[in-house]
Amino acid sequence: MKLDTLVFRKWTYGISLLLLSLSGFGQMPIFKRYYIADIPGLAWLAKFYVTHEIHYITASVLLALVFYISFDFLLRYNRGLRLSFSAYVKIGMIILLVVSGVLMVIKNLEGTRFSHGMIIGLDLVHMGSCMGLLLVSLYTLVMKKRWVKPVVSPSTR
Amino acid sequence: MRSTISRRSFLKGSVAATVAAAMTPPAANAGNALKSIDGQTRPLATLIDIQKCIGCEECVYACQESNQAKFPEPQKPFPKMFPKRVKVSDWSGKREVTDRLTPYNWLYIQRAAVTIDGEEQELTIPRRCMHCENPPCVKLCPWGAAKQLDNGISRLDADICLGGSKCKQVCPWQIPQRQTGVGLYLDLMPSMAGNGVMYKCDRCYNRIEQGDVPACIEACPEGVQTIGPREEIVKQAHALAREINGYIYGEHENGGTHTIYVSPVPFDQLNQHIETGDGQPHLKPVKDMMADGARWTRAMILAPIAGAAAAFGRFYKGVKETEK
Repeated sequence: MKLDTLVFRKWTYGISLLLLSLSGFGQMPIFKRYYIADIPGLAWLAKFYVTHEIHYITASVLLALVFYISFDFLLRYNRGLRLSFSAYVKIGMIILLVVSGVLMVIKNLEGTRFSHGMIIGLDLVHMGSCMGLLLVSLYTLVMKKRWVKPVVSPSTR
Repeated sequence: MRSTISRRSFLKGSVAATVAAAMTPPAANAGNALKSIDGQTRPLATLIDIQKCIGCEECVYACQESNQAKFPEPQKPFPKMFPKRVKVSDWSGKREVTDRLTPYNWLYIQRAAVTIDGEEQELTIPRRCMHCENPPCVKLCPWGAAKQLDNGISRLDADICLGGSKCKQVCPWQIPQRQTGVGLYLDLMPSMAGNGVMYKCDRCYNRIEQGDVPACIEACPEGVQTIGPREEIVKQAHALAREINGYIYGEHENGGTHTIYVSPVPFDQLNQHIETGDGQPHLKPVKDMMADGARWTRAMILAPIAGAAAAFGRFYKGVKETEK
């Protein structure tokens, strides 16, 4: 694999995660209240329709990346490599994020009506899994934990 | 054949029913008729014939009376807000205000001095929540406090709302109004998050559940409002507009609403002559606020396919190179 492809993946993942988190938390009326939207360049965080669209756009980017990496891993790079424990945790969080996110997108379509309980449940799962993913990602970044590690065969142990 | 109900037809029905069964209360008759045309789940819309409105405010007082039990009773003193820029919104001492929307006044009469056929006239327009077909207040509430009922009513749940006012900011008409010192936020972090509860017209959902028409419709002495299935109300609105050579508002605004106004004067002209501001909504054209998000939904559907296709393409290219 070329280094530039890896770097591209890494940056796309990082930037989309950052924008998704910002625009996601921007769905709550907190950035204006707490002066964050007053910081030059961050006024968009207090514009709900802007954050809504940015969230959708970056979610599309992340979805494309998730499917690309998943299929790429299954098709090409599964030999000699296995997922690390932290990767399983992050994948679990991403699955929760994607499933709850897809349901919330469906909820936003015209003619779709969810109950209060369902919407609150989805909100909590979506926000909780996002915060979990951010925390685990921070841990793996600081501790330099990788997504994959080489398979150790019994003979080399 | 299905029919819609106006104040007039409701009264006629009541009289007929009273003759047939002297003890039957009129509201119950209206309710049964509304239930039968509603079929329980069809979106209901109201037609507001502006030229019939005399601005008597009977609808305003009927709304206040009917919804009294839903009005906020805030706890004072209010929690100290953090940061200081967060202002409290207190209407509890101004419950008598009827010239704008407030947490205690969900319907008001807007006035416009216009010239019709060379004659200066005052048109009066009942204003309240439009009950959009795809309501941004419901869809974008970050906490699930807003809900759209199967009959098209958009409703804010006072027990769940935290009063963040996002619903007001995303509403094209800025309809919902906040009252501080009441609601769930008091039990969470009252100083740090939330600021009360948002209130607006819920089109008397509880009366409709019982089969009654909304209080404002029942109280109107002029039959200004008619309620019925949306497609029939739209047809009626067009027929009325043709008859009076008038104009329609609310059919396509924000992608369509469940409140259709018919006016003898163009709405852009009307908009220039009404007082607008906080709690006093405009009558401007409104684009479908949720349309851009819906467009990006298509991108979201295509994204996984594109990602998987790229991975397969890469795999195929690798296989070809290996064969060489």
